[in-house]
Amino acid sequence: MAKPTDLVQGTLDLLILKTLALQPMHGWGIAQRIRQVSKEVLQVNQGALYPALHRLEQQGWIRAKWGESENNRRAKFYSLTPDGTKYLRQEQAQWKRLSLAIELVLDTP
Amino acid sequence: MRWYYKLPLRLRSIFHKNQTELDLSEELQFHLQNQIDEYVAQGMNPKEARHAAFRSLGGIEQAKEECRDARKVNLIDNFLQDVRFGLRILRRSPGFSILAILCLTLGIGANAAVFSWIEGILFRPYPAVTHQDRLVAVGGTTRGEAGGNPLSWPDFLDLRRSSTLCETLFVSKITGTTLSIGERAERTVGSIVSANYFDAIGVHPILGRGFLPEEDTGQSAHPVAVISYQLWQGRFKGDPQIVGKTQRLNGVVHTIVGVAPEGFFGTFVGWGIQFWVPASMEDIFESGGYKLEDRGARWIESYARLKPGVTLQQAQQEVAAISGRLAAEYPATNRGRSIRLWPLWQTPFNNAGTLLPTLEIMLAVVVFVLLIACANVGNLLLVRSFARRHEMSVRLAIGASQARLWKQLLTEGLVLSLFGAAGGLLLAHWCRHALVLLFPARGGVQMHLPGEIDWRVLALSAAVCLLTTLLLGVAPALQTSKIDLATALKMESAAVVGGRGRAWVRSALVLVQVSLSFILLVGAGLLLQSLLRVRTTSPGFTTRGVQSTALDLVSAGYDPVRAQTFQDALLERIRALPGVESVAVARMTPLSYVSSSETPIVVDGYQPPPEESPVVEYNEVGPNYFVTLGIPLVEGREFTRADDEKAALVAMVNETMANRYWKGRNAIGERLQVKGRWMQVVGVAKDSKYSSVRENPKPFFFLPLRQNNRRGSALFVRTPLGQEVMGPAIAREVRALDANLAPYEVITLQEELERSTSPQMVAVTLVAILGGLALLLAAVGLYGVMSYAVSQSTRELGLRMALGAGASNLLRLVLSRGLALTGAGVLLGAAAALLLTRLLGNLLYQVSPRDPLAFGSAFAVMTVAALAACFLPAWRATRTDPMRALRTE
Repeated sequence: MAKPTDLVQGTLDLLILKTLALQPMHGWGIAQRIRQVSKEVLQVNQGALYPALHRLEQQGWIRAKWGESENNRRAKFYSLTPDGTKYLRQEQAQWKRLSLAIELVLDTP
Repeated sequence: MRWYYKLPLRLRSIFHKNQTELDLSEELQFHLQNQIDEYVAQGMNPKEARHAAFRSLGGIEQAKEECRDARKVNLIDNFLQDVRFGLRILRRSPGFSILAILCLTLGIGANAAVFSWIEGILFRPYPAVTHQDRLVAVGGTTRGEAGGNPLSWPDFLDLRRSSTLCETLFVSKITGTTLSIGERAERTVGSIVSANYFDAIGVHPILGRGFLPEEDTGQSAHPVAVISYQLWQGRFKGDPQIVGKTQRLNGVVHTIVGVAPEGFFGTFVGWGIQFWVPASMEDIFESGGYKLEDRGARWIESYARLKPGVTLQQAQQEVAAISGRLAAEYPATNRGRSIRLWPLWQTPFNNAGTLLPTLEIMLAVVVFVLLIACANVGNLLLVRSFARRHEMSVRLAIGASQARLWKQLLTEGLVLSLFGAAGGLLLAHWCRHALVLLFPARGGVQMHLPGEIDWRVLALSAAVCLLTTLLLGVAPALQTSKIDLATALKMESAAVVGGRGRAWVRSALVLVQVSLSFILLVGAGLLLQSLLRVRTTSPGFTTRGVQSTALDLVSAGYDPVRAQTFQDALLERIRALPGVESVAVARMTPLSYVSSSETPIVVDGYQPPPEESPVVEYNEVGPNYFVTLGIPLVEGREFTRADDEKAALVAMVNETMANRYWKGRNAIGERLQVKGRWMQVVGVAKDSKYSSVRENPKPFFFLPLRQNNRRGSALFVRTPLGQEVMGPAIAREVRALDANLAPYEVITLQEELERSTSPQMVAVTLVAILGGLALLLAAVGLYGVMSYAVSQSTRELGLRMALGAGASNLLRLVLSRGLALTGAGVLLGAAAALLLTRLLGNLLYQVSPRDPLAFGSAFAVMTVAALAACFLPAWRATRTDPMRALRTE
């Protein structure tokens, strides 16, 4: 297994939002999901995950609700708000533009 | 951003703090549990798995703290913590707290009080009036001079018809009458208004109605009146059937058609208006006869409300254009005349204009007082922050950030200044009506000058409070940034006290205090001197030994003929009193508020330049007026009994008028036309003051009362006897002739003069009070610094004593240090005062802003105060016990 790539500053928010776009999820689930989907490349720093969640909640992109986890434990589930959905769409487009641009620069011989 | 998400969350974080904390723990716990499960599944033993899980989270407490930061909980939490801490510190040293809060209360209170006066007198003087922010004063100017003259009624009507930028224009001219209801007769202030008055200002009578559109036309055609709430409650005992009843005003029976709402005092800064009559009743209340159709008779004071969005400049341009057209159309009366608009706070025809310079100075003065108070409290805080240096060092050492300490110190400053602000607002609330107390009641009527504490005043006071906080917090905060951890922690907290840097800052603060209060003392000295000048300058007539009073024959219902007979009989009786040297009557008393009328004149043989239409002020006087008042004649004679209705029309002029219109010629025998009648000049009197002691010499003429069908109301008696003798004697003679009549109070002309200078008196009083306060604060500051210095240099003093210094040496040592500090402050203050006292400009009368006497006496007062402040510490220094002092360290 290669060394997990550190997340670029600010991309954690984007990944969280994208993950939550599929379904409401708790913090642990989000971390697992990102790891799985990125084929173990992206390792979420767990110390940074929760502050990020709380910040996103403060900004109104996501909202939290207590619920029951798969293994019957009480867990805090986060879901995307309509504002969050809009914000995600924006950020995604922005990211695509950016990565395309970087690719262009890198691919130039 | 999205407040509807944020607000509930933020509130939850604060008010359901425990719940939020529990949630946070549980959330992290859930994560840990899952992690542990995973590690166990990977084959770790439970204990190892647990440790690994904690490690992967990077410390559970740090994670929590970061989450709290993300929720911005800490910001509020820390603040509350600081506030609690600040309060605890205040409680722990009550002496310090009380002194500091008292200083701030005085500082902030003085500011808030002056703000409330400025708001209530200058900016929002008419609380009941709608949209007064768009209200402007309308007046006339002559040949571009600054003064605000009255307008004539026809000009006002034309202006109102032509103006498109003004929403409404209305007239409100102050007047007065003697109101007799039942037994009591009282001087009452009223207002002559245009018929649209109540609609224009949006004040609706609570009983009856305002005026009807036709009620401001015709001569004495509509004897109706609206009365004030106070008058209704006080004099009419709240009679619910008051509308439709009649009341005699100035001798004419008026029907009361309405009662104004409570809290409405009319539209005149300085007096609470008690009744309103329509302009058609003008000739009953105004001197000079019927003026509604006379474009040359300028008597009205008016206001306009601009349409929303219209600036004063735009409206001014329009008004100037209209007055230009009027001047072209009516050159005989309007040549060289223009109409001008003033913002409400510069209204030229009420006390706003008179008080403006005083209030401007007051604003500067209270800022000074606030700065001095802040310096005092700052000094106290510095001493304390030094005692707390150890605490700060420890906190820095265990990881508090510099910013966190600053926040704490500022919060402590905020707690102090909030207490100060609360006390200050209370003080301002008590003082909001205090200004009026400084003015003497005139003719028995108390002035009306309410302060107004509204949201603007509150906002400004809050701003002052925040400024204070910054000033208070900044000195200790700077101090913490200089803490050198290693050395500070090594030393005992007490041992560091008295470092050089500290002493320097404290001395600088005292220096500032001394110089600021020196400036105030100089200001007070200058104003006092100017007041004395004003009061001792000869107004051109005798002020001592001439007593004046007034009789309102018009209100008592006398017609001109009966009044004439009554006056002749009264003069005869008073002249016969023992001790009376001479007696005279006139229409108006010089220097009283009821100012002289002015009228256009034509002078035989004088061709006015194209831009000038001569208009001159005048007074109607009886025989012996000049002898009685002691105004010398330059040439000719004064009026006698012979100048009556049947004799040839005559007039007298003053020197300035004679020089202006009959240059180099003898004015005696020349002719003058007033109101269409030619009259011959029979005498030239020396110039005197007519409406104000401070006025420049101006042309003025006199007409005989008898030839002008006027009921003179002012009575002058020249006598060496005091008013306590003359007053009752005059009253007795009046009552002997008419049992229902009483004269107003009898006062000397000197008193009349002093009353006319009450604005200056108020300025002096206020600046003196605040100057004294500033001096006291500065003395306390000086005392504090000197006692502190003495207490810190016990060792030095002890050493000096041990080496043979006597008590007097030590006394001199400490005193000279204190005086050196004072001297430096005075020098700084004197330099600043030389620049600043020029701002007093208008308030000074015949006193140079650099007057050496004022500077000298300020210096003397400051020195005495400094000596007093330093003496106790110095004396304490002489009591130093050398043995003890040397042993302690």
